[in-house]
Amino acid sequence: MSADEAAASGDAGFEPGDESRDSALGWRDYLLALVGDKVTLAAAAFLALLAVATLGADFVAPYDPVQLNLKERLLPPFSAGSSGIPHVLGTDELGRDMLSRLVYGARVSISVSLIGATVSALLGISLGLVAGFLRGALEDLIMRTVDGMLALPSLLVALFILFLIGGGYANLVLVFALLHWTVYARMARGLALSYRESTFVEAARAAGCRDSRIMIRHLLPNMASPLLVLFTLEIAILILSEASLSFLGFGIQPPEPSWGLMIAKGRDHMRSAWWMVTLPGVAILLTALSLNLVAAWVRTVSDPVQRWRYLRPRHAPQDESGAQGG
Amino acid sequence: MNREYGRHPGFDPGAPLLSVRDLRVRFATHQGSFHAVNGIDYDVSGGETFGILGESGSGKSVSQMAAIGIVKCPPGLVSGSVRFRGIELVGASEPVRRSVRGQGIAMIFQDAVTSLNPSLTVGFQIAEMYRVRTGADRRSALDRAAELMERVRIPSARERIGNYPHQLSGGMSQRVMIAMALAQNPDVLIADEPTTALDVTVQRQILSLLRELQKESGLAIVLITHDLGVIAEIADRVAVMYAGRIVECAPVESIFRNPSHPYTAALMASAPQIDADEARLKTIGGAPPVLSRIPKGCAFHPRCSYARDRCRSELPARSMISNGHFSACHFAGSLGEPEGGAYA
Repeated sequence: MSADEAAASGDAGFEPGDESRDSALGWRDYLLALVGDKVTLAAAAFLALLAVATLGADFVAPYDPVQLNLKERLLPPFSAGSSGIPHVLGTDELGRDMLSRLVYGARVSISVSLIGATVSALLGISLGLVAGFLRGALEDLIMRTVDGMLALPSLLVALFILFLIGGGYANLVLVFALLHWTVYARMARGLALSYRESTFVEAARAAGCRDSRIMIRHLLPNMASPLLVLFTLEIAILILSEASLSFLGFGIQPPEPSWGLMIAKGRDHMRSAWWMVTLPGVAILLTALSLNLVAAWVRTVSDPVQRWRYLRPRHAPQDESGAQGG
Repeated sequence: MNREYGRHPGFDPGAPLLSVRDLRVRFATHQGSFHAVNGIDYDVSGGETFGILGESGSGKSVSQMAAIGIVKCPPGLVSGSVRFRGIELVGASEPVRRSVRGQGIAMIFQDAVTSLNPSLTVGFQIAEMYRVRTGADRRSALDRAAELMERVRIPSARERIGNYPHQLSGGMSQRVMIAMALAQNPDVLIADEPTTALDVTVQRQILSLLRELQKESGLAIVLITHDLGVIAEIADRVAVMYAGRIVECAPVESIFRNPSHPYTAALMASAPQIDADEARLKTIGGAPPVLSRIPKGCAFHPRCSYARDRCRSELPARSMISNGHFSACHFAGSLGEPEGGAYA
């Protein structure tokens, strides 16, 4: 195409007949894309199921998760229960229903990870954004702190802190927030650094925006996609951390159910009652795997430049040059 | 619209819109001190288009960024005086400068495509410029954005509001930039090479858009460019910059009819002529000075065919050629006969 032709069609703006690509993407597009992607759909379905079970644990769980029943201890899956409700996933060494404990354990494991990830994300993203955008002595202070913290083995530090302040739900969240903000801070700083010199920041400044406004309204949306992915992955990491800490006895305290704690208890009965370790282990595996799969999907659909290739593949041009409407 | 800057001491509605005096910008770097702008003076009044012409590195963009206070300090060092309606901007506090930016002086940039935020819809970005001051709610700001997009002649503006910048062509992006700049109804629009990244036909459309907008609202435009054609098309007055100084400043007809600085004359001679017989374009010999080692005397003397001893030692003062036409050359009045033995 010659320069003149490009100019003539260029400013007229847009390719006629390509309206569907330019029209705003709606939830319908996301839903269709999700249905088309079987693996992600399965992962999302599992997470949705988990969310329902977690939120409605009181209705889903057939038994009280802490109710002992020594007559029905160590029953294998699909055993009949004395009360008429079968123990679909068996019982543990104290006769507590495994399914009920898994569902209530999910509530504890997931909420502690979700809250921990949220608090650490808020903390880390704010500090990283400020460090990367304002630079100066503040940046040195924040980033050297990050470097220092990343040099420490986080599990040992977590164990040490929990040893001092004691285990339990709130302290676990506190430890996660304290130890995990650094990953967000690093990424947020890197992203802020790369965007602070861009012309749109200069343009915002020329329009009279304050630094705070530039950071929140102009930089943050550009950083959302990678940070959202990091957040999703962090939830998976925190579920595993919670499991490790509870397994070691420093996290959630019995009799409250948590997946890590259930594995710890099941270890003693590994030979005779395989379901006690296997089931919470599979739950952790599936949750972490699903979160990772969904994270990959989120990365694709949260980038405004790339997402329509995925969401509206029929309208995707063959190469870059076509995308510019030349 | 209620003007925030009107509250500042020094505000004088009768003062010139933009008045620049002895503006200097220096950058301290590891390689030494770079003198990007070395004392420039000019005034811009309402409704006029003031062109600043110069080659790369002549300080034309930096002088404008210094004027609205977005030169990063350090390493930049700005001195002199820039008064917007009587409000001194050089050395002013950030809130004072911020109140002038956008509402008093708005700016559009060379590369519109990268000046737009890739993650936000254009409607949001235009609305955002409006909301910075007014604190308007989302709905009314988006309505205003649609109006602005219509004002900059974007076809089917209401549907374009949800578009992302990558869905727009270069010309459309520049129109969106202009809409953003106009969102706060500025008095002065600084356009930093607004058409350089565009094709000639689109360039023409953007220039005529700027002219129409100026007619509608009495906006003053400071147009930074290296393109003589753009200057001829749209500017009322023009300042030619070389090595951080204004070497010639004149109404546009006057400068094209009677270029009175050797640099201006050489620039015009090197513009391609459609009816010229020569196969090669004329060029100006030599290269622009490195800004850390600007030659003594007249900065242009190493490349000037008129240069004499006086030019090598003494900085030329402004001399008046005709009404409103100034030239900073010792021999401004007597150009036309190059000295054969100038470099002897």
